[in-house]
Amino acid sequence: MVGSVGSFTLDKVRGLGDFALFTGRSLGAVFATRRLWARVARALYEQGFRCLPVILIVGTFTGLVLGLQGYYVLNRFGSEALLGVLVSLSLVREMAPVLAALMLVGQAGSALAAELGIQRNSEQIAALDTMGISSCGYLVTPRLLAALFVFPAQTALFVAVGLWGGSLSGSLLLGVDPGVYWSSVQRAVESEDVRECLLKAVTFGLLTISICAYQGFHAHRIRGATGARAVSSATTKAVVISSIAVLAADYVITSFLI
Amino acid sequence: MTPPLPSRSKPDSRTGNFLLEVNDLHKGFGLRPVLRGVSLSVPRGSLCTVLGPSGAGKSVLLKCLANIEKPDAGRISFEGRTLDFRDPVSRDSFLRRCSFLFQGNALFDSLTAFRNVALPLEQTTSLGRGEIRSRAMEALEQLELGDYAGHYPGMLSGGMQKRLALARAIVTRPEMVFFDEPTAGLDPLRRNAVFAMIAKYQALVGFTALIVTHDIVEALVASDTVALLHQGEICFDGTPDEFASSAHPVVQSFRDSPAALRSTLNGLRRAEVAPEQS
Repeated sequence: MVGSVGSFTLDKVRGLGDFALFTGRSLGAVFATRRLWARVARALYEQGFRCLPVILIVGTFTGLVLGLQGYYVLNRFGSEALLGVLVSLSLVREMAPVLAALMLVGQAGSALAAELGIQRNSEQIAALDTMGISSCGYLVTPRLLAALFVFPAQTALFVAVGLWGGSLSGSLLLGVDPGVYWSSVQRAVESEDVRECLLKAVTFGLLTISICAYQGFHAHRIRGATGARAVSSATTKAVVISSIAVLAADYVITSFLI
Repeated sequence: MTPPLPSRSKPDSRTGNFLLEVNDLHKGFGLRPVLRGVSLSVPRGSLCTVLGPSGAGKSVLLKCLANIEKPDAGRISFEGRTLDFRDPVSRDSFLRRCSFLFQGNALFDSLTAFRNVALPLEQTTSLGRGEIRSRAMEALEQLELGDYAGHYPGMLSGGMQKRLALARAIVTRPEMVFFDEPTAGLDPLRRNAVFAMIAKYQALVGFTALIVTHDIVEALVASDTVALLHQGEICFDGTPDEFASSAHPVVQSFRDSPAALRSTLNGLRRAEVAPEQS
């Protein structure tokens, strides 16, 4: 019993160390990878443009629900005028960075893990290594660099459409004055809130994309699964671990900044 | 259609001009040893084939040489200098002078044939775009794939994919090319064509080739030297003529396996006929 707990713990610690080395190696390869920016542009397209619809849809509905729920709660205290404060602070401080990251994990992160898993299976990653090309630098570094831009940008977009959704349900459907709504938004959000929001977005971006890349890259190491099953296991693990990491990191960052 | 073989002078392994030397290489997975002290010398400019039954450790040997697997013990020397794969400079310099042709080709399915071939030049050299373009097209045309430069690997036939993988392997003008089961899963005609293609371009480009396979007939015809890997050890190393006349029991059983199969089948047929007659 003690032996198996010890072996499990050692296994996890070794895995964490390996993950840290993988991320460090990928970031370090920025200076050694040739023609990097063309691949960064492609990653920007994959993570940014292709994930745009899901961010717009989820952001709008999140704002709509926040406006609706917020209105009925505030109405009890006769404070409907503070709807803009509730929607904007909820979005900027918590919901936009977390939900945008989860959506990006679901779309771009899972696709990345599956793509790398298939490349591992078909020996494309081994082929890069035998050519003297850094497989981390070629496959992972552009995705990590793109995440540094895409996650904050998508989060900002999520906030914008969320605020618009809040105004749609609060003002258009429930009768809060639009001027009151938007002026309370303007007064409520301060530069510290925006900084916290962007810090979370950048952290989640680096964390989730490196987790997804790590899982796909090492799909061959998954115990008891090979081939297509290993790829599906790697993709599932990537999404689950990334989602948990987003929520855990959110708690840690919030507790330091609050 | 099998391409004609160009004539070439046979390298002499007795001159001691070895490009690659492997000494006492060991590799195991868990408690199972796969390579148990493999020693092998590959003469410069030769086409050397490592034969062996499935599971003998041929692919593991090749992967250890290409730094895909880390050997547990032993020494690999290239041009007389011992390789240290932990030293990035030594490792990268070796890898840039070698190429590896995978059993499944390992082509990048999201890149066109041209981009597949240009990739090693783009990533490992400081050549300009024009030079990369001309060298990649030259390699594609050498392998008769010039008209397919814009095609993705999935749009090409199996044989064309094999040629594309060879074009990518030779575009960097390597001194040594490793071939992992290049004829696996092919019919006899295509096996001949692949061996002929390797021999043709080896003579044309001048690289040293190390092939692992279990196709005896093609290997004996096309190779300069042959080694037999059995249970993780090299039990024969010599010329194809020496292999054909060797009295070593493992060589004999491997070489004469079609005859042994024929004899077994004849025996079975006789046994089936005998009870009917009685």
